[in-house]
Amino acid sequence: MLTRVRRWGPGLLLISPSLLLLGVFVYGLIGWTIKVSMSDRHTAAESDGFVGLSNYVDLFTNDINGRFLHSLRNLLIFTVVFLLGTMLLGLLWAFLLERGVRAEGLFRTVYLFPMAVSFVASGVVWRWLMNSGQGDDAGGLNAIFGQLNLDFLQNPWWTDPEWGMVAMAVPAIWQLSGYVMALFLAGFRGIPAELREAAAVDGASTFQLYRRVLFPQLTPVALSALIIVGHMSMKMFDLIMSVSGAQWLTEVPAVYVWQTLLTSDYAKASAISVILLLLVALVIVPYLVQTMRTERRS
Amino acid sequence: MGKMRRAAVAAVGALALLSPAACGGADSGADQEVEVFTWWADGGEKAGLDGLVAAFDEQCDYSFVNGAVAGGAGSNAKQVLASRLQQGDAPDTFQAHAGAELSDYIAAGQIEDLSALYEEWGLTEALPPGLIDNLSVDGKVYSVPVNIHRSNVLWTNTSVLADAGIAAEPKTLADLFSALDALKASGISAPLAIGKDWTQLMLLEAVLISDLGPEAFTGLWTGTTDWNSPEVVQGMENYKRLLSYTNTDRDTYDWTDAGKLLMDGKAGFFLMGDWAPSDFETKGFADFGYIAFPGNGDTFQWLADSFVLPQGVKNPEGTKCWLKTVGSAEGQQAFNIKKGSIPARTDVVEADYPVYQQSAIQAWKTGTPVPSCAHGAACSQGAMEAANSAIGKFSSDQDLAGLQKAMSAAAALGKN
Amino acid sequence: MTTTTTRRTSPPAVATPPQKRRGPAAGVIGRTLRYSLLLIFLIIVLMPAYVLVVTSFKSGSDIGVNGQWNLPEKWSTESWSKAWTALGPSFVRTFQLAIPVALISSLLGAANGFVLSRWRFPGADVVFTLILFGMFIPYQAVMIPLRDVVSTLGIAPGIPTLIFVHCVYGIPICTLIFRNYYATTVPVEMVEAAWVDGAGLLRTFRSIILPVSIPGFVVAVIWQFTSAWNDYLFAIFLSNTRNGPITIALNALAGAQSPDYAASMAGALITSLPTLLVYVFLGRWFIGGLMAGSVKS
Repeated sequence: MLTRVRRWGPGLLLISPSLLLLGVFVYGLIGWTIKVSMSDRHTAAESDGFVGLSNYVDLFTNDINGRFLHSLRNLLIFTVVFLLGTMLLGLLWAFLLERGVRAEGLFRTVYLFPMAVSFVASGVVWRWLMNSGQGDDAGGLNAIFGQLNLDFLQNPWWTDPEWGMVAMAVPAIWQLSGYVMALFLAGFRGIPAELREAAAVDGASTFQLYRRVLFPQLTPVALSALIIVGHMSMKMFDLIMSVSGAQWLTEVPAVYVWQTLLTSDYAKASAISVILLLLVALVIVPYLVQTMRTERRS
Repeated sequence: MGKMRRAAVAAVGALALLSPAACGGADSGADQEVEVFTWWADGGEKAGLDGLVAAFDEQCDYSFVNGAVAGGAGSNAKQVLASRLQQGDAPDTFQAHAGAELSDYIAAGQIEDLSALYEEWGLTEALPPGLIDNLSVDGKVYSVPVNIHRSNVLWTNTSVLADAGIAAEPKTLADLFSALDALKASGISAPLAIGKDWTQLMLLEAVLISDLGPEAFTGLWTGTTDWNSPEVVQGMENYKRLLSYTNTDRDTYDWTDAGKLLMDGKAGFFLMGDWAPSDFETKGFADFGYIAFPGNGDTFQWLADSFVLPQGVKNPEGTKCWLKTVGSAEGQQAFNIKKGSIPARTDVVEADYPVYQQSAIQAWKTGTPVPSCAHGAACSQGAMEAANSAIGKFSSDQDLAGLQKAMSAAAALGKN
Repeated sequence: MTTTTTRRTSPPAVATPPQKRRGPAAGVIGRTLRYSLLLIFLIIVLMPAYVLVVTSFKSGSDIGVNGQWNLPEKWSTESWSKAWTALGPSFVRTFQLAIPVALISSLLGAANGFVLSRWRFPGADVVFTLILFGMFIPYQAVMIPLRDVVSTLGIAPGIPTLIFVHCVYGIPICTLIFRNYYATTVPVEMVEAAWVDGAGLLRTFRSIILPVSIPGFVVAVIWQFTSAWNDYLFAIFLSNTRNGPITIALNALAGAQSPDYAASMAGALITSLPTLLVYVFLGRWFIGGLMAGSVKS
């Protein structure tokens, strides 16, 4: 027992500062935010009247123009397109690269480089590329479509009232497909060569090889990629702020929090933040628990 | 491994290179500096600020530090400001619109009472009493105004109007509609230039002034006018109709982009506050005319920028000197001639100002003042933000009933 | 949470698998198709970069709507110097932010990762899960009280506050990176042998573990450097244009009322340069890090 203490006592010391910091700054502050979200602190002045869940109820039933639900809808569209786009492109690129091509390093680096760029910086160029002018006023991508006689592709981008969020996902896809590619590439390379050889011996066609042997092996990678990209999507803020600025058309919950804070309505901003946290937790917690279980079994 | 080690060495090398720079960032002599926080980062606003700084340098023995935060028509600045006030890192003074917006800071106990200084500097006599009311709560005055802007001005491109055969300036909404139709007929597809949310809110306000008159309009924000009245309905319908004459990509435009449509002759009219001409001049555009928004008559929709003394600043004496400059006749003249606004003080020499401003000074003296919501004189920050959101929604879906309901709810937020 | 690729000594180790034998004709068509697709995507991905570079060298009337995609008629560095004037101070500050963050977070991560990879105490999984969850939280959920807390703690506003905050919220990812790294690359026997020799945990960590941790450090340092460099959310809440990092300054430059497109784009390039260089030169290890840190099976 004493040896255990001697052996692991320092270990405990080593990690306790981190645990303490995370305890306070993650869980403590979340608790604090929850407390504010149940108060009536709607101005910069302090006030701690407890109002229960009424701020939450208001968001869903009594928000002007159903603004919160609108931001959730925008987030849903954005997330679906963002996930589909990055997964498809990422898988396609990994598939094209996985068996080794000439200049693979170049392709990988180029596909991956957008990830190194901040959303604020890429927002500068994408705001310009997604210029909503058409015809004679066309700029950015619309101008390219015009020059290539692909006028039917010209579109109002993020200013479209119904589907603007689809356009907003385009820069995000540009930025993170390379990351998903890298994950899939790692997945492909992690598949034992014997599996491929065995399939070849069995006379499997290339299609069958991918369909029945390789893709199933990628499921865990795909799940990780979905989780990582998905949680990024739910937190999306920088990109939207730098492409469109905060406005109705492209508002998502993270931007709504910002706008609400501008008006010093801390209780409402906290309630939105907590809902955002719950949305993320809904996806992340089962995933974390599941991976922990798998790991313990192995 | 070799490559990795080289990488690590490179990283350490980069670190060593940067460490001398790491020592250079500290503020020195902070007690002699006055950090002035504004969102006047470029254009005429920056020029006005520079003018004010020149006066400050003459009158005071402190050095000016520019704490301007650009972007988002002041919204970035307001967010940064909120954060700094909360962190106890208040700038020595900051910009706040007179009226409801200022009341938020007063209610939160974030700024100090300046009544004694008003007496000392003789501002009580120099400023119009109505304006002082808008800077006061419970008889205490909390900020020093530097200017008055008029927001209900319709700017015109003279040649575009002439080409379309519009001889007379539109006096009523009906005149405006026929002028817009004439412009459309002459091939201008979007004759009324406009930008995103808050610029649209300005247009709605101007139309409502025309349809309601100044008194009932002000009542919309104070709660004495019903948002469901037939006049409001009429005003909103007119607003919807006006929007159909505007550029469809309006939500991507800041006000300067919209102003450029007027300069480029792609539009004949542009509703904007009278900070616009300094931007026109900077860009070499002189071919513009101006009228009060049709139907507004002599109503002067005003907003005023003012400066405050925040709680717990590092250098209150320096701030006071800044405020003194802001309130002084020289400071106001240096600022306003450049910014395009008129001085808040009543003792001005009109002849010193450019033509437009002379007319504005007259209009301010004789007109009926109404506050503006889009610029925080009539609305609290919360109400303004909600109104902008509602306006943004209307821009995309044109749902009049929804707009009316949302604006009514937004206006109610201001009265909490 | 083990990596799919096990027992690697260097993270990427991207070996080329054996080429499959196929008929020559099918091979040619397949290869042509593959390379064409790869090239098309290459062009698409590079398009925004092209716009950035080209526009940043334009000046005056060259910037207008017509010929947006053309090369500059006259190459000018005017916008670059304008952007540098606007961004220079914050550029230096961002190094002062990102380098300490990268180093401190990695050290914390290495310590935590080592302990958690070797120490199966009761409830270790729960603790680790709780740590990991911190990586995924939307920071808005802590931001409102965070401003109060850092000012109560008396941490100076601006860069010091941001260093602190990035280090704290970087603990989860760095812990994960090192835990997986140690779990898969440092043989249990090595540690056991040190203990048999009577070395305590701290000495084992210092003399046995740290020397073989360089790949883990490269990954964690790149990750933290990049996220601190690119962060906007913490920066906008906890700093301002006078004391904040470059993303704030760039946003102010590009979001000004009459944005100067050329200067904005030059600014975006300046902002991206350090992280791009890191990716281009250290990208190999980074990809490995993604695998070690994020690919879970």
